[in-house]
Amino acid sequence: MRKHRWLMLLALLIAALAVAGCGDDDDSGNGDKGSSTGSSGDQAGIQKNDKNSSTKITVGSKNFTEQKVLGEIYAQALGAAGYDVSKQLNLGDEKTALKALEGGDISMYPEYTGTALLSFFGYTADKLPTDPDEAYDLAKKEFAGKNLTAFEHTPYTNSNEVAVTQETADKYSLKTISDLEPVAGKLTLYGTPECRQRLDCLLGLQKVYGLKFKKFTPVAIDLRHEVLSKGQADVSIVFTTDPQIFKEKFVLLEDDKQMFPPFNSTLVARNDVVDKAGPDMAKVIDMVDKGLTDDVMQELNARVDLDKQTPEEVAGQYLKETGLVG
Amino acid sequence: MSDFFDAIDFIFSERDSPAGGARVGGLGEIWELMWPHLKLSGASLGIACAIAIPLGLWLGHRGRGGFIAINASNVGRAVPSLALIAFFVAYIGVGFTNLTIALVLLAIPPILTNTYTGVRQVDRDAVDSARGMGMTGAQVVRRVELPLALPLIFGGIRTSAVNVVATATIAPLAGVVTLGDPIINVNTYGDEGRLAAAIVVALLAVATEVVLGAAQRAATPRGLRLDRREAVT
Repeated sequence: MRKHRWLMLLALLIAALAVAGCGDDDDSGNGDKGSSTGSSGDQAGIQKNDKNSSTKITVGSKNFTEQKVLGEIYAQALGAAGYDVSKQLNLGDEKTALKALEGGDISMYPEYTGTALLSFFGYTADKLPTDPDEAYDLAKKEFAGKNLTAFEHTPYTNSNEVAVTQETADKYSLKTISDLEPVAGKLTLYGTPECRQRLDCLLGLQKVYGLKFKKFTPVAIDLRHEVLSKGQADVSIVFTTDPQIFKEKFVLLEDDKQMFPPFNSTLVARNDVVDKAGPDMAKVIDMVDKGLTDDVMQELNARVDLDKQTPEEVAGQYLKETGLVG
Repeated sequence: MSDFFDAIDFIFSERDSPAGGARVGGLGEIWELMWPHLKLSGASLGIACAIAIPLGLWLGHRGRGGFIAINASNVGRAVPSLALIAFFVAYIGVGFTNLTIALVLLAIPPILTNTYTGVRQVDRDAVDSARGMGMTGAQVVRRVELPLALPLIFGGIRTSAVNVVATATIAPLAGVVTLGDPIINVNTYGDEGRLAAAIVVALLAVATEVVLGAAQRAATPRGLRLDRREAVT
């Protein structure tokens, strides 16, 4: 009898450990534990200012990897500067995020200039500036009308890209999208269902580049790499910072006619929060944004999507590796 | 209510896409989307019938093994079609075949269950007397069990048909542009386009019900029909 009890205790212990292990995984999977880290004693780049602790900031983000990483980076960086930071990193699509921002549930979240102009401010794709700075200036002006401040855009852009495999690129010697013209009739293009009628997708490729593909096939957004690597698609529409591009050695064709509008990220914040936060906030955001190039963002996304680290860990690594937080 | 009228207007008149660059709406486009929708639904339902009815008849006739077969197919029903499509992408890619397989798997369980149940519910006396008249097993199935089970079999087909017509709206996520396109691409078609497509799909499902109902009445043996005039007199 006694022996049985010991065995049962052991079994319980193992079960408890297993459950705890799973729980940890789940938590980190969400990357959304409420309170922020940061505020370590040692400062290399971002200086801690105790006065900032009276300003409450809720950092938001939409619900995909890159947004969550960005949200974590801003939250941890602002935390390191002494602000009282909390997080709300799973807000769904851009319309939900904007509503949360305007309603004051969050103080800020990163948005893409192109998305803002298309989705919030009623610009059609053919009216979008192709220059990143112009697009940012326009978005900034529009956001200002909503009592929102759009901080300087990041160096990286996350726009649509035309991707082919290395073999296809070699076979037809493709470097730019224009190079597709003589061979498009032999190639199948895969893109999201939206792509078919969008000026910054199939419609634009037809009108601006004069490409006539053999066939366009709509697929769910998360299949965009698989169809290419499995050989079903000759050409697929992907996003600049997709980590799979690097892993699968896809070739991105240069948009030589500047058809794809810029999708640089800009942190959008409520004016009342910006005023209350003082000058430190803009300084911190500027320091953070500087290092966010295409390659860096792709690497950070890769650490989450491919290496299965949490956005929280990856954001911490970024701040450490850039020397912003010691 | 004005949303509803905007949607009706979308069905009948073409307009510029809210995203710019494309013309959307109008009967022409609705038909362009509806035709692949009908083809996909029809093919899936046809194949599902070709598999489920003979299988159900055979299982019902034997009276054994049906429980396992029906439960197996019902478990399949719990797997969302979208997951099935994603699963098949790795083996057969996206497109008509992939979607057809996923929709066939969706359509089989109601037809199979109803066919099996229909055959099992046939009066044993009728089957015994058929045997007594010297009918072979195949003849019993064809001349007694199938006709008597028909109303239930059709009930299964109608359930499946409505499921398939409604579920074919996910096809644009896997390579076939159906009436689901305006539902998925609200940025291109606008809210009125989304609602319009939903209305058309609903009407299509109702029409399918009506057509199959008529077919059922035509196929039901005279002896089983509840003819109203005769019932009154």
